[in-house]
Amino acid sequence: MSMKVVGDTGIVLARELRPALRDPFSLAFSLIQPLVFLGLFGPLLSDMPGLEGVGDGTPWQWFVPGILVMLGLSSTSMSGYNLLIEAQTGSHERMLVTPLSRSAMLIGRALKEIAPLLVQALLIIALVMPFGFRFYPLGALVGMFLLATLGVGLGALSYALAIVSKDREWLFYGATQTLLFPLLILSGMLLPLDMGPAWMRAVGQVNPLTYVVEGERALFAGDFGGSAVLYGAMAAFAMAVVGLVVGTRTMRRAAA
Amino acid sequence: MIHIRGLTRHFRVKGETVEAVRGIDLDVEEGELVAFLGPNGAGKSTTLRMLTTLLRPTSGTATVAGCDVLADPAEVRRRIGHIGQGNGAGHTQRVRDELVSQGRCYGLSRAQSRVRADGLLASLDLEPLAKRTVSTLSGGQRRRLDIAIGLVHRPRLLFLDEPSAGLDPQNRANLWEHILRLRKEHGTTIFLTTHYLEEADTMTERVMVIDHGTLIADGTAQQLKANLAGDLVTVTLGEEAEARQAAEVADRMTASHETGVEGTTIRLRVARGDEVLPEFLRALEAAGIKALTADLRRPTLDDVFLALTGRSLRESDSVE
Repeated sequence: MSMKVVGDTGIVLARELRPALRDPFSLAFSLIQPLVFLGLFGPLLSDMPGLEGVGDGTPWQWFVPGILVMLGLSSTSMSGYNLLIEAQTGSHERMLVTPLSRSAMLIGRALKEIAPLLVQALLIIALVMPFGFRFYPLGALVGMFLLATLGVGLGALSYALAIVSKDREWLFYGATQTLLFPLLILSGMLLPLDMGPAWMRAVGQVNPLTYVVEGERALFAGDFGGSAVLYGAMAAFAMAVVGLVVGTRTMRRAAA
Repeated sequence: MIHIRGLTRHFRVKGETVEAVRGIDLDVEEGELVAFLGPNGAGKSTTLRMLTTLLRPTSGTATVAGCDVLADPAEVRRRIGHIGQGNGAGHTQRVRDELVSQGRCYGLSRAQSRVRADGLLASLDLEPLAKRTVSTLSGGQRRRLDIAIGLVHRPRLLFLDEPSAGLDPQNRANLWEHILRLRKEHGTTIFLTTHYLEEADTMTERVMVIDHGTLIADGTAQQLKANLAGDLVTVTLGEEAEARQAAEVADRMTASHETGVEGTTIRLRVARGDEVLPEFLRALEAAGIKALTADLRRPTLDDVFLALTGRSLRESDSVE
């Protein structure tokens, strides 16, 4: 990645974040969602049969990384939504005529969705620590970095989907919703796939998200040693590369 | 500044090929103010989108601000400004923030961007709106912000796509004041599309008429009107016999013209009606013919379009 892409990504990210920073209320609002998850899942988790075996000690250790991946997934997969609006008003076209690097437009927009996740993650961790969650700062840091990498890939794919959808918002929503939930469930993000039928486990094996989720669990448990982190990192980087290639190609093809 | 050869663009629409732009050749020199005039769907915006790297040509070449749009689109983008048909500012952004962001997009430092942003806010009367969110602005205010955004990096060449579409007359006049001032102060080359006849006529120096993807006329509004439409001189006389005599008088005059006699009225289509009319009246007087009324109508660009295509630009516009 050249210096220009890094610099341009910063410009895009700063522009995307500014409306939220100008309006602190919207930031506070973004913290409600994780609280709802914790408040509603928490009571279920403590007595859920079959969850006793996962993770060491508290089920939160197993569950929190899954929640973070899910939050990242749902926010970055909607990053194309803003683009749909901007494409209709003309502000996307205005950005396309500037010398901004095309990859930077994709990365900056995806990171804008990830940035609030950092705050959300800290809040979640702070809240579950009294319930026996053990916090490994280095693991969490690397975990969030991997999540951002995955988010760049997903955000770029969402961006590409928005370009293809153009004025057909239903296509964007339909495709996103249709893909999101199967991917989410078949990665063992919220419920372990070990309890599911063989075919689900088989599909889970080829879902790149499964590896990211397992990698995140290892990292948030402070376990750098196993293969889970390596596979998770490989899956996250592969998603980022695929997303950026598909995203920049789609942008170019839109002008062809 | 702009050199186009054989520029062509096809679209596939429902399995059929639409030839939006069919082999355009044109040159625009530095400092010119030119307008692309034509009805909706004539290929104006498609051409502009190719020149601003938003669309790849199907064939042909275009050199814009010294760079080839296909070989080096990034450098073209760096050198030009473009104010599109839509509103460039993001709805959730604040006015001043968008101007600063735009400067940053063109590689200006933060401090430089801020200075430029403040300068433009002042010169485009946007200062009181600096902290407003874009979605709360009126149409005219948004258009002014669009212009400001397009100027932050001080491009030597500025493209404007239907800059005054949807603006009321006051805002349109206001917009033109800014465009003309920009040109005067910075010598910016300006290339715009419009389907407003009066705008192309009174504001720009050179008009290129485009229809069905082809350039059908190119010149100053004066030239186009004189060469393609001409002025209409109408003189009425007391009797029909006098009108026929007047036609003979007209035929002896040097200026080339078309003559039509209808009852006691004679009509002359000439290049310079302002010169021909007094001359014609003197000749009639000398021949002992008394003119009762005399009228001179200067042509509009719509007459030019009509002469070229057989259609009125106003009509073809209202159809679409």
